[in-house]
Amino acid sequence: MTLATATQPKEARDKAGVSRSGSRRSGPDTAFHLLVAASALLVLVVLGGLVLLMGVGGSLAFRTFGLGFAFHDVWNPVADLYGAWAPLFGTIVSTLIGVAIALPLAFGTAFWLTAMAPPRIAAIVGTAVQLLAAVPSIIFGMWGFFTIVPFMARTVQPFLTHHFKHVPGIRFIIHGAPFGTGLMTAGLVLAVMIAPFMTAVMRDVFAAMPAMLRESAYGLGATRWDVMWKVVVPWSRTGMIGAIVLGMGRALGETMAVTFVIGNVTAVGWSLFAPRSTVASLIALQFPESPAGSLRLSALLALGFILMLLSFASLALARMLRGDTK
Amino acid sequence: MSETVVSPTGWKPNPRAARRRRADHIATAFGMVMAGILVLVLASILWTLLSRGLSGLSAAAIMKPMGPPGSSSGLANAIVGSLIQTFLALLMATPLGLGCGIYLSEYGADTNRFASCVRFVSDVLMSVPSILVGLFVYQVMVAPFGHFSALAGSVALAILAVPIIVRTTEDMLRLVPTSMREAGAALGATRWRVTLSLCLRSAKTGVLTGILLALARVSGETAPLLFTSLGNQNWSFSLNRPMASLPVTIYQYAGASYEDWVQLAWAGALLVTMGVLAINIAVRVSARRG
Repeated sequence: MTLATATQPKEARDKAGVSRSGSRRSGPDTAFHLLVAASALLVLVVLGGLVLLMGVGGSLAFRTFGLGFAFHDVWNPVADLYGAWAPLFGTIVSTLIGVAIALPLAFGTAFWLTAMAPPRIAAIVGTAVQLLAAVPSIIFGMWGFFTIVPFMARTVQPFLTHHFKHVPGIRFIIHGAPFGTGLMTAGLVLAVMIAPFMTAVMRDVFAAMPAMLRESAYGLGATRWDVMWKVVVPWSRTGMIGAIVLGMGRALGETMAVTFVIGNVTAVGWSLFAPRSTVASLIALQFPESPAGSLRLSALLALGFILMLLSFASLALARMLRGDTK
Repeated sequence: MSETVVSPTGWKPNPRAARRRRADHIATAFGMVMAGILVLVLASILWTLLSRGLSGLSAAAIMKPMGPPGSSSGLANAIVGSLIQTFLALLMATPLGLGCGIYLSEYGADTNRFASCVRFVSDVLMSVPSILVGLFVYQVMVAPFGHFSALAGSVALAILAVPIIVRTTEDMLRLVPTSMREAGAALGATRWRVTLSLCLRSAKTGVLTGILLALARVSGETAPLLFTSLGNQNWSFSLNRPMASLPVTIYQYAGASYEDWVQLAWAGALLVTMGVLAINIAVRVSARRG
């Protein structure tokens, strides 16, 4: 109503404008178009600047150490020697552990929620899981620091060292003093952090399947698991992979949850229970003590650049896999 | 159950069906156990947070500013600092995000190369590790001026909020039926008028949801603030100086070896979580009603 009265005079004016010259735009219209296009451009510029500044800032390190920077395993601020392999290794392994633990949790929970749980309980648990996906990561870090780390140090590690000390193949994985920090702890905390997120996405993907497919399978006498494994999973494969890759992307760049529990030692080794570091935790800890213009700062920025590439690659992967269905 | 019995009607046990049933039992148990573990772990987090946070939470914790250990200090300046920086970030991110979202939905047809590029970049920004945003803002707004500032912190948070607002704004505007736009145009309204008074108004709830979700995401962020607004032990309202914030304070206090600081960290964690959850629940409730 209000709109109609407000645009009455404008209508007359525009009509005149249209009849005078075919598709000429009015001044405010062009201005509006330019305004919104400029804000779109600004978003573009921010990301461009982000990538560019990481690259430029890290160029000193890349020039000093060459391409070997990414695979050199010494990080020694005293000798001014830097290689990215130790934190990169930590990031990759802790992410893989996190995804490996979170995947069965998320899949099982989504299976239970969509196929088994009574509707009322499924609604409550589903909402709770979605809400928990929004909890800030520092909370998970604190919880890990005060709950998981002591548990690992007092229960898990002594148990493992006592029983598997002499088993070849496992010995070198569990080697290390019982500090409770390390890749395994970080992986656990990451898993707990990304599991609600992955569950929420998978549940949406499963629920998006047309009910008729499910019903026809049940009608043919399929069991719940048959329906899940032979109908739902193939139908929603790309969505599930998307959920996994998105969870992986979150775990890759996670700073706060990991910094609390990783132990922060820049070393490389196969032990999952010895203190390590990840790219993000190393940046968070060492950046404040790196003077501007130093090689160390440049090395940290170069690390940031590599992390940027990793997260970019995981997003591109998710998009590619999702694009398959279209 | 009766698999081994051959009934007089000719029914014979079917090993294949038995195997399928067994697989189903195992899978069912697996699903239940996994859901149980996840719910238990998450409940344990909430329980830890509540029990340790509530014991640290008191009137003093909210009213008094931060101070040295053992001085019965509080979190007041961190709470106020967080509020200032978060709202400043939203103030910057909302117009930018709305503008970009409007561009993508109203002018960014699928054939528009620039628009699809912006859409992709906005998605990338949404998944960029937040610590890298902190590094970026440090290089742009802290290093050239030689000091940390609350403004830099707000900009870092704004960069994290923009892609969320862009995404929801675009999605919500795309839900507005074309006939509505055509009706506006038929009445002689110009394009900006149609966009702002018709499309944006009818998509108001959805767009507001996006802004609130961005607020929830940003208010718990720690990593981008570490190198930008740094944190501050004292009251400070100047945007040009370091400012305390709740997440950074939690980070500093939780690792400290003073019992009262750890208590305050838990109280702060409880406050942040409750704030974030409250926003999310409000969004959900309003979405169900709307």
